[in-house]
Amino acid sequence: MAERGPLDLKTQPGFGKVALLCLFLLYAPILILMIFSVNSGSIITHWEGVSLHWYGAALADGDFHSAARNTMVIAVSATVIATLTATLAAIGMTRVKPWRGLGAAFMVINLPLMVPEIVTAIATLSFFALVAGKLGLNFGIGNLIIAHTVFCIPFAYMPIRARLEDMDLTLEQAAADLYAPPWQTFRRVTLPLMMPGVFSGMALAFIVSFDDFTITQLVAGPGQTTLPLYIWNQTRRPMTPEINAISTILLLISIVVVTASALIARRRKA
Amino acid sequence: MPEQPSGSAIAIREVSKVFGSGSDAVTALAQVDIDIRANEFFTLLGPSGCGKTTLLRLIAGFDYPTTGEIRLYGDDIAQLPPYRRPINTVFQNYALFPHMTVAQNIGFGLEMLGRPRAEIAARIDEMLRLVRMEELKNRRTSQISGGQQQRVALARALAPQPKVLLLDEPLSALDYKLRKEMQLELKRLQHETGITFIFVTHDQEEALTMSDRIAVMSKGRVLQIGTAHDIYDKPAERFVANFIGETNLLDAEVTGVDAATATVRVKGTTLQAGLPEGFRPTGKATVVIRPEHAELEAGGADRGTLGGLGGVITNVVFFGTDTHYYIALDGGGEFMVRRQNSRGAAGFASGDRVGLRIDPGAARVLRD
Repeated sequence: MAERGPLDLKTQPGFGKVALLCLFLLYAPILILMIFSVNSGSIITHWEGVSLHWYGAALADGDFHSAARNTMVIAVSATVIATLTATLAAIGMTRVKPWRGLGAAFMVINLPLMVPEIVTAIATLSFFALVAGKLGLNFGIGNLIIAHTVFCIPFAYMPIRARLEDMDLTLEQAAADLYAPPWQTFRRVTLPLMMPGVFSGMALAFIVSFDDFTITQLVAGPGQTTLPLYIWNQTRRPMTPEINAISTILLLISIVVVTASALIARRRKA
Repeated sequence: MPEQPSGSAIAIREVSKVFGSGSDAVTALAQVDIDIRANEFFTLLGPSGCGKTTLLRLIAGFDYPTTGEIRLYGDDIAQLPPYRRPINTVFQNYALFPHMTVAQNIGFGLEMLGRPRAEIAARIDEMLRLVRMEELKNRRTSQISGGQQQRVALARALAPQPKVLLLDEPLSALDYKLRKEMQLELKRLQHETGITFIFVTHDQEEALTMSDRIAVMSKGRVLQIGTAHDIYDKPAERFVANFIGETNLLDAEVTGVDAATATVRVKGTTLQAGLPEGFRPTGKATVVIRPEHAELEAGGADRGTLGGLGGVITNVVFFGTDTHYYIALDGGGEFMVRRQNSRGAAGFASGDRVGLRIDPGAARVLRD
């Protein structure tokens, strides 16, 4: 009798076909988007030939430039602040004596992931309206940076915390055993070993901020158009493949960020 | 308990450790007293959960005793953090820093002590020579084998020249051959460095072969402290006798007691049995006889000459250098005899009737 191991899905009949179908459904729309971004014609669904015309058009577009600038300012600021905050939170919650309410604190930090984004968006909007109305304060693009920082924190927090929890605690004990006071233990052992988690957290935060639409749409004031908002506005006019080109650029930036963070994480681990 | 003898490197005084509180409280160590001499290879031996690792952690400073004192050459260090104690540890999983090279790992302690660079570099080379790892100096710790990691962990812990080196089951992850090799290596290192070693293990064979003295622990208590010979030949308690080596335990009736021995009757046979210090048994007692301290004689039916202990062989197990004979004793109970295999010696087979001749002085009464 043949040896029967645990269920191996790969040996089930039709596995290959189902897998191919899933991959097709996942990537076909994106592939079509990318293909039509190099369409030379001006109708989004009608193929006329290969050309980089629409990339040129997008890159020459002043509105695109300002949207890209806004997006980068917001995403980079929010990523840096959110990652710093999340790192401190993760250290504070994994390198302390367990205290009552630790579980609750963990929930509170992660709960924003469960809240429907539109609810967060409305809440943020009313918050800033209140601040502006009662205190007369408006931070301009700072409003968007604050809003993005807030929803980026749980995304940055998760990989950092996971990394800290996976870390062998005896490494920190070994450092203390070898005469390293707490700060040196952190600087020489904990921090270098948690960096892959920090990079993953940064990448996640950046991507989440970079393509956020719902919250940005409600909070953004005049002149604070970001790339997702810009694309959205484009779709309300007769659509040209310029929109495909811009979307493809966005996609490539995301891929570069994620790949870079994965590579850094892997190099650190080795 | 006696006062601390001068020359103790570590003196543990009435140390208790309780984890948790209220009804969840678990006593990991109860009133432990141990004196560990300078330059000694001292072993804490016991099954898992006996408190040996907890005690090691208290000495290292990773945890603090609930009550009691831990003195290092007279100074109470029980409340000092680990980085203020001149004591280093070799961890069970080695705990080498994965983001540093072998040399950086070894130099870490000295660097933290603020020693000059030149001294650190020289000491790293010296340590690498000591553990015979010179050629792997600049490797990452993930690029070397388990046995090599073990040596790096030793070198790292020895580099700052600690007053005491703690070893937490450091050989348990190695395979048999490497373990044997490292046992000798550890003895050599201890001899060459003159540092006091405190070694934790659950492996009684390892403890017997390596230690100057052993403390046998069970359930948070120290049951007996002594040399390997003391512990093996003169176990004081049933647990110690059972845990160290293979043992025959027999029910006995104490018929007389003098200074150091008792006269006991075991299944109709009268034996002289040694006594643990300060123990005066009466009535029923347990007697221990090691398997190599009894000889088999053919024709156990002839009770007169053999003193009465005898039975039928139920199982014969061959171990290469020796053979174990399991005997069902007349009147109940089992007895195991270990005989060295020498060429030409008469063998016995399952089903043979045999008599047992106990070596004089081999039997000992146990404190239960």
